[in-house]
Amino acid sequence: RLVAALGVRELHLALTQGFWRTRAWGQPPLQAPAGAELWVWFQPTVTDVDKAWKELSNILSGIFCASLNFIDSTNTVTPTASFKPLGLANGTDHHLLRYAVLPREVVCTENLTPWKKLLPCGSKAGLAVLLKAERLFHSSYHSQAVHIRPICRDASCLAVSWELRQTLTVVFDTFSSGQGKKDWSLFKMFSRTLTDACPLASQSKVYVDISPKNKEKELLEVTPAPASVHEAIVQGDKRTYAVYDLLSPSLFNTSRSLNVQLKWKRPQDSSDLPTPILHAQRYVSGYGLQTGEISTLIYNTHPYRAFPVILLETVPWYLRLYVHTLTIITKGKENKPSYIHYQPAQDRRRPHLLEMLIQLPANSVTKITIQFERALLKWTEYTPDPNHGFYVSSSVLSALVPSVIAMKEVDVEQSPLFTSLFPSSDGSSYFVRLYTEPLLVNLPTPDFSMPYNVICLTCTVVAVCYGSFYNLLTRTFHVEEPSRGGLAKRLANIIRKFRGVPPL
Amino acid sequence: VVEGLALLDLGVSPYSGAIFHETPLIIYLFHFLIEYAELVFMITDVLTAVALYLAIQDFNKVVFKKQKLLIELDKYAPDVAELIRTPMEMHYIPLKVALFYLLNPYTVMSCVAKSTCAINNTVIAFFILATIKGSAFLSAVFLALATYQSLYPLTLFAPALLYLLQRQFIPIKLKSKSFWLYTMQYAALYLCSLVVIICLSFFLLNSWDFIPSVYGFILSVPDLTPNIGLFWYFFAEMFEHFSLFFVCVFQINVFFYTIPLAIKLKEHPVFFMFVQIAVISIFKSYPTVGDIALYMAFLPVWSHLYRFLRNIFILSCVLIVCSLLFPVLWHLWIYAGSANSNFYYAITLTFNIGQILLISDYFYAFLRREYYLTHGLHLTRQDGTEAMLVLK
Repeated sequence: RLVAALGVRELHLALTQGFWRTRAWGQPPLQAPAGAELWVWFQPTVTDVDKAWKELSNILSGIFCASLNFIDSTNTVTPTASFKPLGLANGTDHHLLRYAVLPREVVCTENLTPWKKLLPCGSKAGLAVLLKAERLFHSSYHSQAVHIRPICRDASCLAVSWELRQTLTVVFDTFSSGQGKKDWSLFKMFSRTLTDACPLASQSKVYVDISPKNKEKELLEVTPAPASVHEAIVQGDKRTYAVYDLLSPSLFNTSRSLNVQLKWKRPQDSSDLPTPILHAQRYVSGYGLQTGEISTLIYNTHPYRAFPVILLETVPWYLRLYVHTLTIITKGKENKPSYIHYQPAQDRRRPHLLEMLIQLPANSVTKITIQFERALLKWTEYTPDPNHGFYVSSSVLSALVPSVIAMKEVDVEQSPLFTSLFPSSDGSSYFVRLYTEPLLVNLPTPDFSMPYNVICLTCTVVAVCYGSFYNLLTRTFHVEEPSRGGLAKRLANIIRKFRGVPPL
Repeated sequence: VVEGLALLDLGVSPYSGAIFHETPLIIYLFHFLIEYAELVFMITDVLTAVALYLAIQDFNKVVFKKQKLLIELDKYAPDVAELIRTPMEMHYIPLKVALFYLLNPYTVMSCVAKSTCAINNTVIAFFILATIKGSAFLSAVFLALATYQSLYPLTLFAPALLYLLQRQFIPIKLKSKSFWLYTMQYAALYLCSLVVIICLSFFLLNSWDFIPSVYGFILSVPDLTPNIGLFWYFFAEMFEHFSLFFVCVFQINVFFYTIPLAIKLKEHPVFFMFVQIAVISIFKSYPTVGDIALYMAFLPVWSHLYRFLRNIFILSCVLIVCSLLFPVLWHLWIYAGSANSNFYYAITLTFNIGQILLISDYFYAFLRREYYLTHGLHLTRQDGTEAMLVLK
């Protein structure tokens, strides 16, 4: 209904709390930047894209109880290369794309409830029973997303239908909750177990990653024993998954509820995830409130393959970027990007947009730096806590990462959900979209208690000038006539006469 | 300017962002000269000093001639011998003016910072030279260049016109036909050169984008980066409702003094020019210390007014102390974080008050000397006692 009314072709909305630590947790299945992210491809029939964008963000803000109505022209950009449509697409005129991030947005229970309402069974049956807010929000990272795109209904693609995909990514930190061991179970994480599948679902499965590390088997044990095991090449890695099909009647035969547990046979001493091939970090350097520098470090840990990456940076207008200070250095030498699209910001109207296609050589670190100057804003433009700082939204890295192991085509029919989560267009590389950290930058603040004083003092200075010039321009010099003395002088003379002193 | 050139290299219009606010002719000029930037700015400063030297030399000759004429016509009172200026005293003034400009710490700072204000100063100095030499065409061209770069030298049209009229011995009467003829000629020269320069800039970059970026920026003051002027904090703390009103008030304030000063100082157009340049550099929307250096270079020309200045000691102390405190309080606010923006704002206020009082002091001294010249130095009252002069 919404999609048809506003001429939306594709919509992706993500609400995230926390930051995905790529180096510690590996490559994310689907990453989203901290805060709220919304990107939309509109139909070519839409004439005024900006108006439709504004209406859409207001409607979504009402549906999801998030402050998406703060999305306006000062934080919306039109990327030219980074966000290609994920569904069916005829043409890709990038003027129909809008992208906005609200890094300050906080995710809370009110955002989870409408998201759960969109599920067919709600939170009453099926996997969604596990999603209780008090356990979900007690995690290092959680991200809920809604994706709408047009897809083919069948292999011949005669009919196009809308696909609504909802994803929820959560990272539980069992170490911090005081257990000390890396064993986990569904009950420990969610304080609930699965009792049945959603009756409206055609498929309802639980996949548990039991990939053996270093070819050692019997390192971990999953209970109850899985009905089947699924092997796939995911993100360049060969992985094994234990599959629990909630719709199969044999699952709930032995016990009324399903509590998947994982126990490690031997204690794990070191973190064992392999370093991801592409990861990045971003930071602000500099001192003082006048200038600063944004540096982005991109790591390519592939031993022998080089590949290009598209970097999209959106910087708000009050950090004035100086593009002549942009330097890209790889292995000590300058690296010129093959494509740069830079749209400078306009004060109070639109942010900076910098998109670059950079070639990353194998096994290298690339450092991209750009300097900026901080602007002084009008006193009404500051947030109520101005010394907290201003957020700069995450930059987006999109790349086709070559995988170390050749991936083969997986049968779409057998596990449609799995392949749609980990798609591979060709066997040698997979698409990755990474987000860097959001930045927090301090701006110089005026004194907020002083508006009236400032107006008075400045107008006084102007009035001093006006007064002096008025005097000099409209009056002429005259010889002073002696005055006969006012009241004070006469009184003084009377007193002097009494004292015997000569009069004034 | 470097940013504008980099944007041009990337294929983006330099005016599509909010950083570049210089005119296309400056981009064109620096396209070739960016490698030798330090040398360029040193040469512009030297050119300004040379132009001021030649201008003041000529001006002194004119002043002396006029003084001789007035003495012969017996316009001066008998006992003003000590106020008459002699060639001996006037001999070193042009050199002092050039030195005042070159050795002024403000000029040195603006040269080291490579601020385009130096180019502005050079154009205005050449305009003054052309006016004093009497060439209406060159004066109109340089005034058009100066107005093109920053809008405010438009107000210097009036003193230039008055000087040229005086030089041609055309009396300044509203009914006189030759007055209007000459005014129309000069105005036509000025407007034509301005139009030619603007069209040239259009053809350089093939768009009219530079007009809102350069002139809209000067007039509407969107960027509130702290500078030594009064505007930035005022508009940072302004209630939104009134910001348009106060922008208009502040801009009118700059242009407003021209007509009254023209009426009062029509016999002394060069002093009028000095006061006008000072008013521009105090009240323009983005003042820099380079503008202050330009009008301070003129102070030796009026050194004979020293005996009538009332507050010169306090004012020079105020100006020196404020200039020293500016970087200190800036550092405390922005880098050390231990001071507030109010500290820096207070110094801006004091510095500007110092400048305003300096100008009005010189104005007062000038008018007082004129009064003494015509009415005699030792004034007596009706009963023979010594008199005091007041402004009434």
